Amino acid sequence: MSYHPNAILRRARLARVVLSASFLALAGSFFRAQVLQNAVYVVQSENNRLRDVPLPGARGTIYDRNGEVIAENLPGYSVSILSPTEDSLRSALTTLSKVIPIDAAQQELAVRRFRRANTRPAVIFSDASFQVVSVLEERRAEFPGLIIQSSPKRYYPDGAAMAALIGYTGEISEDELATDQYESYKAGQQVGKTGLELQYESRLRGKEGRRFVEVDSRNRVIRDAGVRTEEQPEAPPPLRTNIDLDLQRYAHEYFGDSLRGAVVALDPVTGGVLALYSAPSYDINKFIGGASNSFYESLRVDPHRPLVNRATTGTYAPASTWKLATAVMALERGLVTMDTRMSAPCTGGYYYGRVFKCWDKRGHGDITLAQAIAKSCDVYFYQLGLKIGLSNLLAGGVALGFGQKSGIDLPNERKPTWPENTGYFDKRYGARGWNRSVVLSLSIGQANNAQTPLSMARFYTALATDGRAATPQIVAREPERTQILHLTQKQLEGIQLALADVVSQGTAAGAQIQGLSIAGKTGTAQVNGQLDNAWFVGYAPANDPKIVVAIIIEEGLHGSTAARVATKLMERYLKARLAMSAIITD
Amino acid sequence: MAGGSVLRRQSIDVPLLLIALLLTVFGIAMVFSAGQIDNPTPIIEGAWKRQLGWFVVALLATVTISRGSVRMIEWAAWPLYALSCVLLLVVLFFGTGAGTAASVKGWLSIGGVRIGQPAELAKLTTTLMLARVLSTQGDSIRSLIDLWRPLLVVGIPWLLVMAQPDLGTGIVFIGICFAMLFWAGVPWPLLMLLASPAISLVLAFSTGIWGAWFLILVALVLWYRPYLLEGVFIVLMNVIMGGVAPILWDKLKPYQQKRLLVFLDPSVDPQASGYHVTQSKVAIGSGGLFGKGYTLGSQKRLQFLPERHTDFIFSVVGEELGFIGVSLALSLFLALFLRSTRVAARAIDAFPSLVAFGVVAAWFVHVMVNVGMTLNLMPVTGIPLPFFSYGGSFLLVSWTAVAVLLRISAEGRGQADGIGL
Repeated sequence: MSYHPNAILRRARLARVVLSASFLALAGSFFRAQVLQNAVYVVQSENNRLRDVPLPGARGTIYDRNGEVIAENLPGYSVSILSPTEDSLRSALTTLSKVIPIDAAQQELAVRRFRRANTRPAVIFSDASFQVVSVLEERRAEFPGLIIQSSPKRYYPDGAAMAALIGYTGEISEDELATDQYESYKAGQQVGKTGLELQYESRLRGKEGRRFVEVDSRNRVIRDAGVRTEEQPEAPPPLRTNIDLDLQRYAHEYFGDSLRGAVVALDPVTGGVLALYSAPSYDINKFIGGASNSFYESLRVDPHRPLVNRATTGTYAPASTWKLATAVMALERGLVTMDTRMSAPCTGGYYYGRVFKCWDKRGHGDITLAQAIAKSCDVYFYQLGLKIGLSNLLAGGVALGFGQKSGIDLPNERKPTWPENTGYFDKRYGARGWNRSVVLSLSIGQANNAQTPLSMARFYTALATDGRAATPQIVAREPERTQILHLTQKQLEGIQLALADVVSQGTAAGAQIQGLSIAGKTGTAQVNGQLDNAWFVGYAPANDPKIVVAIIIEEGLHGSTAARVATKLMERYLKARLAMSAIITD
Repeated sequence: MAGGSVLRRQSIDVPLLLIALLLTVFGIAMVFSAGQIDNPTPIIEGAWKRQLGWFVVALLATVTISRGSVRMIEWAAWPLYALSCVLLLVVLFFGTGAGTAASVKGWLSIGGVRIGQPAELAKLTTTLMLARVLSTQGDSIRSLIDLWRPLLVVGIPWLLVMAQPDLGTGIVFIGICFAMLFWAGVPWPLLMLLASPAISLVLAFSTGIWGAWFLILVALVLWYRPYLLEGVFIVLMNVIMGGVAPILWDKLKPYQQKRLLVFLDPSVDPQASGYHVTQSKVAIGSGGLFGKGYTLGSQKRLQFLPERHTDFIFSVVGEELGFIGVSLALSLFLALFLRSTRVAARAIDAFPSLVAFGVVAAWFVHVMVNVGMTLNLMPVTGIPLPFFSYGGSFLLVSWTAVAVLLRISAEGRGQADGIGL
């Protein structure tokens, strides 16, 4: 080799330059990563080591009109597990199942939850019993990814009375997560499923908090306190409703276990829903923490269909309770006054192509409209219907709102059935398949007319007041009222008087309450293959209505049965109200 | 006679020794920190103690070797080289794997106990042997044919190492070879021509780039005017390499392919092969200017960082001591290399000078590849960081190299113990 000192020095110089430049470049790379891009890597490093454990926010409390609790939260515990992979989750579940009972379905559910959000702890029990929690706490060291934390659980003090009203909450489903409405939700969160819980989800939803645990590369929890400041969950302000819990409970007691039907009680002036009950009911508390499948299944297959909310989705032929609509239309058109008599007195039936029977085969004789209402005379209303004419009757029904939802703040209200025009019959039966005599049946609340208790209650708020129907409102807000009756003061008073006569001396005379003037109308609806349904829709006090009650009792045989329940409810409410106002005036 | 006076009499290169000591102490401190994890295991926790033990052994060896003479080392080059080659051959048949490179049969084991990696020894002995060959090659090297002896010296251990297959150590051999040829005065165009087939091989993945390279090569050949036959041979080799690159690619083991692909883009496989590099970058980047504090790195503690006390120990430096710590470590390495280059420049004659520069080259490649790997500047090849990475035989060899450098420095010209680079 050429080992001349000068040559060596030249090479040494070059070597030094190359060495220094290389190290400078290397240091530069580190400077870029550690100083310039530090923030990015800090985030990644924190994401590596920290897992946020959601702290479920308590849902808003729901109160009734008197400040009694309808829905609240109780302390509960949830058990979840952090796993790096599905396989490790499965093996952890297998190990866990040796310590506490976890059935295959629960395991599968936990795995499904993990798949939906694998960085969040997979919930095994959203509402673990105290026993399970204490067993797991004791043996925590054996399950490194296990997270036990308090998780408020929903409680309805009068759960069995509230099913139709409150609905229930449950874990958000995949279908729900896919919709825009639930954009801000994460898998595993609780969400209102039906009833008020669903309707007011945005106001009831608690703000989820977060706490942080430190995990290692295998997702084992290394430290679970003081890693980073917790974000506390927050409960939203409470929701105040117009419900009268006492009345609601009373309705529940009254229906008991044997009766089927529904009751709706409204404040006639504001439309405030005082009670809304569907029987048979079930205890919604049993739905908390995920309805156990067997319980849900038993409700689903129950022939009495407890899952159907009869108050808002049960549609029934309104029968005689609807005769008031016929009367209103005739009065509005100036066809009759309260004292008008029909050309054919009631002899127990009326011939129009065939014989249309009156419910009382003895006949009511020659009576006025007022008497016809009190006695619920079918023959009178057949003739009244004919006077109005089919097309006018159909249009009048639409104008009174029998073809539309009441607008209550509950999800899934069912639209009542009411033919908008004769086209309905053409379409349904064919142009020659029906007969204009249907007007007779329609005018007594039968035929193609099916109303919910709610829609009947709404109609009666107009009868009870100045002809304005109030939109039913569960949560108090500005009342909405629509003028649906276009009657003179005298006509309206006449009708109200006739309704009062129903209870004082007419079909509901047996339901009188001492010292309380009640107005209303009974209805007895024939149902094919069933005993008659019993209706009563009315209000009290007759001179200054404070409560409208619409009630249906399936197979209740006669409207007077329903009337007795309705008047008891009215009495209950008004007495409590009187006592209350007495306290206030004192 | 006290040890201290012996050292003084031998006019020890104090800065060199000091830098090497500082690096080793720094390294052992990092091995200690690497063992400080949540969920610790006794083996990892105690690694630093064993490393300290090896250090003591290494220091004893250093004292012994540095009392020898350069001539003795030159004399020993042949047998040591032969021994290394034999061991490399033995390892091919009886070797065992370890750590990240479990499939690489690089460890010599007796009765299941791993006693060392012959490849580590081979780096040093090949350096010695190459220095011997180059220093005795009287006339200057002017053509490729003159290079047959040095290339044979490097080629044998290189092939044996590549057969393990240990790509990383192979790179070190190539680095040593080129650096020493450069130091021996081989003209740079010749080095370029020598390297050209390999460059062609790499660039062949893009036809355009390869074409450009080929034009440069032809220009170089025309300008340098080697023997006609050599010129034709080189050009032909380049063409062949460009052609066989895809075939060779297919011949690579899947994990080798993956490592190269991951190097190009770690996100292709962030959970498996890319995981190491990604986590290492996160560790280093999150360290910031001052680091998370000694022993407190979360990436390390929570075991997101793999191979914390061996291949990725520099990531621990980056995470816990920040850019300051990284700068300190890199400065120490640079100081070591500059000082060693000085030793090479001042050596008494060609052999020690070449040995010294060969050692610098080996270390340099180690540091660049290992440290570069932690930031994904280099592919993951699993070669350790001198003085830092946990491992007895490597520390021993590193300190043997220090001893040789000290010896060369002591026998060198000028003020060997003067401070300055």
